Amino acid sequence: MNLKTLTTATVAASMALGAGIASADLTFPSLSYRTGPYAPNGIPFADGYADYFTLINERDGGIGGEMINLVECETGYNTEKGVECYESTKGQGSLVYQPLSTGITYQLIPKATADGIPVHSMGYGRTSAANGKVFSNIFNYPGNYWDAASIIVKHILDQEGGDLSGKSLALVYHNSAYGKEPIRTLEELAKKHGYSLTLLAVDHPGQEQKSQWLQIRRERPDYVMMWGWGVMNQVAIQEAVNIRYPMDHFIGVWWSASENDVIPAGEGANGYKAINFHGVGDGFPIYDDIRKYVVDAGKAAGDGSNLGTVLYNRGMYAAMLAVEAARTAQEIHGVSAINPAQMRDGMEALKIDQARMAELGLPDFGPDINVTCANHGGPGEGAIQQWDAASQSWSLITDFVGSDREVIDPLIAEDSAAFAAENNITPRDC
Amino acid sequence: MSPVVLNTIEVILNGLMTGVMYSLVALGFVLIFKASGIFNYAQGVLALFAALTLVGFQTGQVPFAHVINATFGTDYHHWGEGMNTVLAILLTMAVMVLLAWLVERLVLRHLVNQEPIILFMATIGLAFFLEGLGDLMWGANIKVLDVGLPSGGSFWWEDVTRTWAAEGTEYWGMYIDVLDVWAAGIAVVLVVVLTLFSQYTETGRALRAVADDHQAALTVGISLRTIWVVVWSIAGFVALVAGIMWGAKSGVQFSLSLIALKALPVLILGGFTSIPGAIVGGLIIGVGEKLFEFAIGPMIGGATENWFAYVLALFFLMFRPQGLFGERIIERV
Amino acid sequence: MFYREAGDFKTSYVDDQQTFPIRFDRWGVRVLLLVAFLVVPFLINDYWEKSILIPFLVWSLAALGLNILTGYCGLVSLGTGGFMAVGAYASYKIMTAFPEVNIFFVILLSGGVTALVGILFGLPSLRIKGFYLAVATLAAQFFLIWLFNKAPWFYNYSASGQITVPERSVFGIVVTGPEAASWATYLFCLVFVVLFAFVARNLTRGRLGRSWMAIRDMDIAAEIIGVPPLQAKLSAFAVSSFYIGLAGALFFSVYLGAIEPTEAFNIDKSFLVLFMIIIGGLGSIFGSFVGAAFMVLLPVLFKNIMVGGFGWPTDMVQHFIFVLVGGLIMFFLIVEPHGLAQLWRVTKEKLRLWPFPH
Repeated sequence: MNLKTLTTATVAASMALGAGIASADLTFPSLSYRTGPYAPNGIPFADGYADYFTLINERDGGIGGEMINLVECETGYNTEKGVECYESTKGQGSLVYQPLSTGITYQLIPKATADGIPVHSMGYGRTSAANGKVFSNIFNYPGNYWDAASIIVKHILDQEGGDLSGKSLALVYHNSAYGKEPIRTLEELAKKHGYSLTLLAVDHPGQEQKSQWLQIRRERPDYVMMWGWGVMNQVAIQEAVNIRYPMDHFIGVWWSASENDVIPAGEGANGYKAINFHGVGDGFPIYDDIRKYVVDAGKAAGDGSNLGTVLYNRGMYAAMLAVEAARTAQEIHGVSAINPAQMRDGMEALKIDQARMAELGLPDFGPDINVTCANHGGPGEGAIQQWDAASQSWSLITDFVGSDREVIDPLIAEDSAAFAAENNITPRDC
Repeated sequence: MSPVVLNTIEVILNGLMTGVMYSLVALGFVLIFKASGIFNYAQGVLALFAALTLVGFQTGQVPFAHVINATFGTDYHHWGEGMNTVLAILLTMAVMVLLAWLVERLVLRHLVNQEPIILFMATIGLAFFLEGLGDLMWGANIKVLDVGLPSGGSFWWEDVTRTWAAEGTEYWGMYIDVLDVWAAGIAVVLVVVLTLFSQYTETGRALRAVADDHQAALTVGISLRTIWVVVWSIAGFVALVAGIMWGAKSGVQFSLSLIALKALPVLILGGFTSIPGAIVGGLIIGVGEKLFEFAIGPMIGGATENWFAYVLALFFLMFRPQGLFGERIIERV
Repeated sequence: MFYREAGDFKTSYVDDQQTFPIRFDRWGVRVLLLVAFLVVPFLINDYWEKSILIPFLVWSLAALGLNILTGYCGLVSLGTGGFMAVGAYASYKIMTAFPEVNIFFVILLSGGVTALVGILFGLPSLRIKGFYLAVATLAAQFFLIWLFNKAPWFYNYSASGQITVPERSVFGIVVTGPEAASWATYLFCLVFVVLFAFVARNLTRGRLGRSWMAIRDMDIAAEIIGVPPLQAKLSAFAVSSFYIGLAGALFFSVYLGAIEPTEAFNIDKSFLVLFMIIIGGLGSIFGSFVGAAFMVLLPVLFKNIMVGGFGWPTDMVQHFIFVLVGGLIMFFLIVEPHGLAQLWRVTKEKLRLWPFPH
């Protein structure tokens, strides 16, 4: 009882404090996970996300004259903590949520929609949220898992000269909702292209994958794809190296695509491929500004050592998309202090072409983005990146290519229709 | 031999190797349980903490760099080039001994004669504490651990086994990871050393006396406290070995503490109080789960290893409720 | 002086047997319930609902359930997460298969389903004892989660493998789904918790509870004096799983609304509930609540103080919370090994005498 009263008093006090800080600024919450089993992936993303906002504040004086207030909240990749973070920050006028976990995203889909706050699940979360008619407040541009699966298969097609009949592919996946995402798409594509598909589930956390890799070694599939996360990535790549699987035939999704995943395997990981939806490395003009205004000014979120890593770039890209959407919203509504509903409109009208990207200091960093009322999934484009162990760097080896729309679109329509029926949502007219 | 037979042998062989890796973790639990009746939940975190400390020394990280920098606005990360692996291992051991002493001094000493579940809970508190402390000291990012052990499939074994296949069949030879072989070797050495230590040294005998009967040991003048510090230090050392072996595969990161979960069925199967039990239990679990995944797994969707280990342990327990090597439970009213 | 029995005379057996025999306790509980039912609903907002009160209530219910099994009957279980998943999936299947059934009965039925599953996994307890029993329940934990993840029937063949709660209402008031008002979901959970806390309190004072405690203290002796171990152990498993199933159903339908089994009900949850009852006090209804408050609310409290109050970096705060919670667990165990409930009992003894030392 005493504890409860104490909790009550302190929480009330600290909430009052929190509310005092955020007044007229544009509030962007960052649901980061710098602790727990997935921290190695969460830290660079959160740093990139924060640093870009800091850059906009320091260099441009905010968005359209409005300073950005970044509220970081630690989720530890845990759904309940994520809910706590959402509830504690939404009252401060949070403009858009980047939940950064499958579990939290699924939580927020109904909640945020009811609260009228947009959610940007960039390359994760519920794939069929790409259908803006059903998911009015959820955005997953520029690509989703089904796009990723299709683009990986396209890349394999290119490697094999356009014919996959009689070939065998294997998918090593994290045994969770996230890992199971690409299975439907890969099965549909198997019907179309005539390859055989082997599914290999790895249970959380995935430190022991000997069975799976022995099976791969026995069956010798022509290509192995991976939907992994956390420690599973490092172990899978290490095991692939151990069984001397040809690394350039091993392709991961964009969450199995960071430096963290390949470095522990050392030289052997050379040639490992992964799909990505944005550029890699720090060879972009914007890094000069980030170094000048953020890192050298001592305002960086991290220690500055992960600038240019894949996940840092992804966090920065996410922040850039959020800032551009806020700018669009300001133009549409003619006010600088936008609210979440206006932010949603801005996200829905977001258009970024190569000229704009170059202006922002990120030439050729990602595909053109053109979000519409019906399409919240963006272009659905991705490129393949490859690891070079000698120089410890990734490089894009293909252009950004689109996915197989004739396979993906019906799947999205089907799944979103099921969601709409289950939740009594009448699709909007677009 | 036909490829099916060879494949089965390969699976069994790799299951044995995996089993040894499980046993390495389980050993630490057994040591502490035997000497003090404590089920040490913190053993997994201990492995993580040891591995983190080792990497920290190796690469010359400044402990608590993040806290120091955040508090004083400084920018410290490394204090030099790091140090030689052997020296780093020795220093890590020193840290583990210090930790054992502190645990005894600050926690266990005050909980003498409590029920097992209370002691279990205390180790949970310790686990939370070390988890936070480890991350505060060394940071939560992933670290590469390289102590110079070889890894990768063995070519020699592949070539040898390739000739075993029947004429005309396609067979690539058997796979075995060199690192696993090393781990098995180290485990054997570890068990031999531990046995010798407990049989032929004074401390070792005192240790066994305490394990047999606390009160009797006290009456003949053995200091329980010293013994506990020794046992926790040894468990810390075993944790370090397990941390190195598992960390070499995945890099050192938070998930390393989860390996404790893989040791639970091993412990229960082998009995909490028996070192050979931990080894045999590990081997049975390793082979059992690999064979099941190989033979039945594909039919029911795979990823069966986690629960099958427990079902297997449960099956054995139905016949021997005290574990394979556990002390017989005698019940009296 | 503040807390005393003197002058509290009982004139009938009914009086002597009531749930709270001491007047001060009786009034304390009444006031607490009045506040909980009549004051809190008017003050509650989304943050309080989703981050503090509902998690507290749901975890209290789970802790109550485990305390019946572990605290009263002495059977250690690490399958709580798995049993909660059973409750959650049962409620989802019942809700989607029979949309006309009132959510109140859906939750109760889910508890019933979980009780059956609990009995099944409780069977090995007749032969296996102590920490070894944990293995049987761990098998349940891992197997059930694997099953819910693998068999598409459980998630109605949806592409994502997640289950999302449909909207349901009681007396026309929406209690599940995103449109539910904070006070409604809070009261809905509160009714279950209060109701079943009273049931638990009285169960444990009755014949069944006494037979559980006899088994806990020494099962062979209990058997000799005529307590059937089969009945006692399995009934403990059934009742405990019923409570845990209720908690799981509420956890899914009211608290989170969307669930993915591998993350929401993993082994950490089983350990969490076990920590709650040990730190709160084994074999104590009050202890279950305190334990849940300690493990669920303390981190939130620390977080709000350190991030909201001091403005420290979030990751450092999280690590500090681990250190602090771990340190506090050890501290409380050293001060009072029998849990916070025992600490409260000692405080009551002191209050009884206060301000006179003798």
